[in-house]
Amino acid sequence: MAKNKKTEGIEWNYSSSLEGTSHIQLQKKYDLFIGGKFVKPHSGKYFDTINPATGEVLAAIAQADETDVDKAVKAARKAYNEIWKNMSGKERGKYLFRIARLIQDRAREFAVIETLDAGKTIRESRDVDVPLVANHFFYYAGWADKLEYAFPNRKVESLGVAGQIIPWNFPLLMAAWKIAPALACGNTVVLKPAETTPLTALKLAELIRDAGLPDGVVNIVTGYGDTGEAIVRHEDVDKVAFTGSTPVGKRIHEIAMEMGKKCTLELGGKSANIILDDAPIDQAVEGIVNGIFFNQGHVCCAGSRLFVQENVADIVVRKLKDRMQSLIVGNPLDKNTDIGAINSEKQLKTIHQYIQLGVEEGAELYQPECRVPANGFYCRPTLFTNVAQSSRIAQEEIFGPVLTIQTFRTVDEVIQKANNSPYGLAAGVWSDKGSRLFNLTSKLNAGVVWGNTYNRFDPSSPFGGFKESGYGREGGLHGLSAYLK
Amino acid sequence: MRSTVNKTEPIDFSQSPKVDKVGVEERVARFQTRSLKGASKLQGLKLALNMIDLTTLEGKDTPNKVRQMCYKAEHLHDSHPGLPTVAAVCVYPSMVKVARESLRNPEVKIASVSTAFPSGQADLNIKLTDTKLALDNGADEIDMVISRGKFLSGEYNFVFDEIAAIKEACGKSRLKVILETGELVTLDNVRKASDIAIYAGADFIKTSTGKIQPAATMQVTYTMLMAIKDYYDKTGIMIGMKPAGGISNAKLALHNLVMVNETLGGKWLTNEWFRFGASSLANDVLMQIVKQETGIYQSTDYFSID
Repeated sequence: MAKNKKTEGIEWNYSSSLEGTSHIQLQKKYDLFIGGKFVKPHSGKYFDTINPATGEVLAAIAQADETDVDKAVKAARKAYNEIWKNMSGKERGKYLFRIARLIQDRAREFAVIETLDAGKTIRESRDVDVPLVANHFFYYAGWADKLEYAFPNRKVESLGVAGQIIPWNFPLLMAAWKIAPALACGNTVVLKPAETTPLTALKLAELIRDAGLPDGVVNIVTGYGDTGEAIVRHEDVDKVAFTGSTPVGKRIHEIAMEMGKKCTLELGGKSANIILDDAPIDQAVEGIVNGIFFNQGHVCCAGSRLFVQENVADIVVRKLKDRMQSLIVGNPLDKNTDIGAINSEKQLKTIHQYIQLGVEEGAELYQPECRVPANGFYCRPTLFTNVAQSSRIAQEEIFGPVLTIQTFRTVDEVIQKANNSPYGLAAGVWSDKGSRLFNLTSKLNAGVVWGNTYNRFDPSSPFGGFKESGYGREGGLHGLSAYLK
Repeated sequence: MRSTVNKTEPIDFSQSPKVDKVGVEERVARFQTRSLKGASKLQGLKLALNMIDLTTLEGKDTPNKVRQMCYKAEHLHDSHPGLPTVAAVCVYPSMVKVARESLRNPEVKIASVSTAFPSGQADLNIKLTDTKLALDNGADEIDMVISRGKFLSGEYNFVFDEIAAIKEACGKSRLKVILETGELVTLDNVRKASDIAIYAGADFIKTSTGKIQPAATMQVTYTMLMAIKDYYDKTGIMIGMKPAGGISNAKLALHNLVMVNETLGGKWLTNEWFRFGASSLANDVLMQIVKQETGIYQSTDYFSID
């Protein structure tokens, strides 16, 4: 009997291991951060931000209108003219270093709040988002007093007031991407976080206030699209930086061009992840998983179009399905969760519509048999085989954990197919052979191309896209030049 | 029982799947962030305890030392009831007889290293005699070493044939094949050697002798688990895995079990298919089990060191 029992093995599930929330401090209500102080919105209106994992309300957030935006821009202009513009780079750098260190000090609190507000797993907010945020501030802090070395033989000068609008997929990280280089170059900012994920930006405002940054250098106004539009349209905003969807990006581009403002846009993508037949298959499968299921697929550069060389397609798809079985979908606060909650009900609906569309288009659907919590917004990791280049699910950005798989025979064919997209943000190539990697990467029309890895970010590495994925680069030296005359 | 050699198709081991070290490191790091608490931790600890091959492989081993270790194998910590035994004891062929006489519980197997362990620098005839000695003295399992020199010089057929010959000598006894991954250096080599051992008839593949560093790193074990997985997917035949050397604490053992659970699945989570080759691991696992069940974290002086 005992022998029999042994052969069957066991089912070993991990008990829940929730990250504690007792150490975080959240207010019931958050006002606008203007001129170094939290001030009530002109309209008196507030909206709720919720935890997408449970649907519970986390806090009421002030809704800024044109008057509030004007106030914020004026505060930024005043700080720019009176203090920040003339401060030495070395002194500006000190403030940025201080912000970076404070973020490290409060890393756990930021990670938990990010998870609560955005639905992303605590593993990612703890191990990816927050450390990268600190790294960004450290990196640009280092450049603040070395700008003339970064751009030799050029007189570098700050732009003035930057209006920055960021998305909900990496709320705090996007704030860091925007604020750190702007401040390092001597600009002041008015930043608007996304309406579904404003909390970490407001916590960052508290941190910036605690760091003693001069009043008005960073202003954070919360609200919906109209608040963002007010920032873009404000005549005293010199530069607009936007990360978000392509339709909104196009609109911002139009306004910015009309008004003669400098502008950088980091928009959507439908990035190709290409597996060649000599690739290390097991590691490539990990790369596929990381490419599309990282942050529930809410990644502008997600590897959402998979291209697998024909002769290894069966084995790759089999291994991928097998690997997906071991992904844990659930409470994002659980340290063992691999895939957390979809950011909002609206986004979940969009994803479901696309999954439905995929089925209607005749693609073959696969989802693992994993348990999904009853409350909150969750979506199983999904893949579609039998997909054509002309399928809408292979053309349009879904922004969720949905992967389409196509096969190819020759390298020329895959280059053509990968580039045959209105987007051009990122791509991944997997091969054991360096020459094949470099041949492909030089021919792919994408801002970022990863070789034998995916979704890897570093402050020193520029990031941005071609075509409908936007223009301008963030990160590295390129990120600095976007904030200098 | 599986057949000695898979003769149905010729296999070119130089074409074994490629392994990307950076990717493996990333994957392995993910297993290490799994958080085990409460019941699942206790279950994992008891499982780990039951998978240990309690080992002594030293020139200075004496019959009495082996007797004491055999007693410990069956009585891990009698003051704390409800504990499993270890899976096996692992000794040199010359000590198998002593172990056979000492062990009472048939659940605890005797594994013996052979084939001129640890270097494997001997003629096949000597290796076969060594193996036969261990089996005649009552060993249940044989842990052989491969000829690393031959492997590194590309003589894969030699390595294959040697394993097949020892497997034949083993008869119904299970054969573990030690790759000594610390001498193979690259993960590509580890994968290749795993494939050779599996196709040549190994029942288990094992990382190391414990005499060479690095030994059972998680990267190496992961690479070997994927070789086992690919073979299972292809043939439906299960192969066992034994990381040995360097797994000296409960946390590392649990990380290894998480890795097995998420690659090969629960089917492998039994000592029939997964073992730890270790000497000091047992006491650390015992310490953690006692801590989990009583809430008291005792010092090492409360656990016997046989």
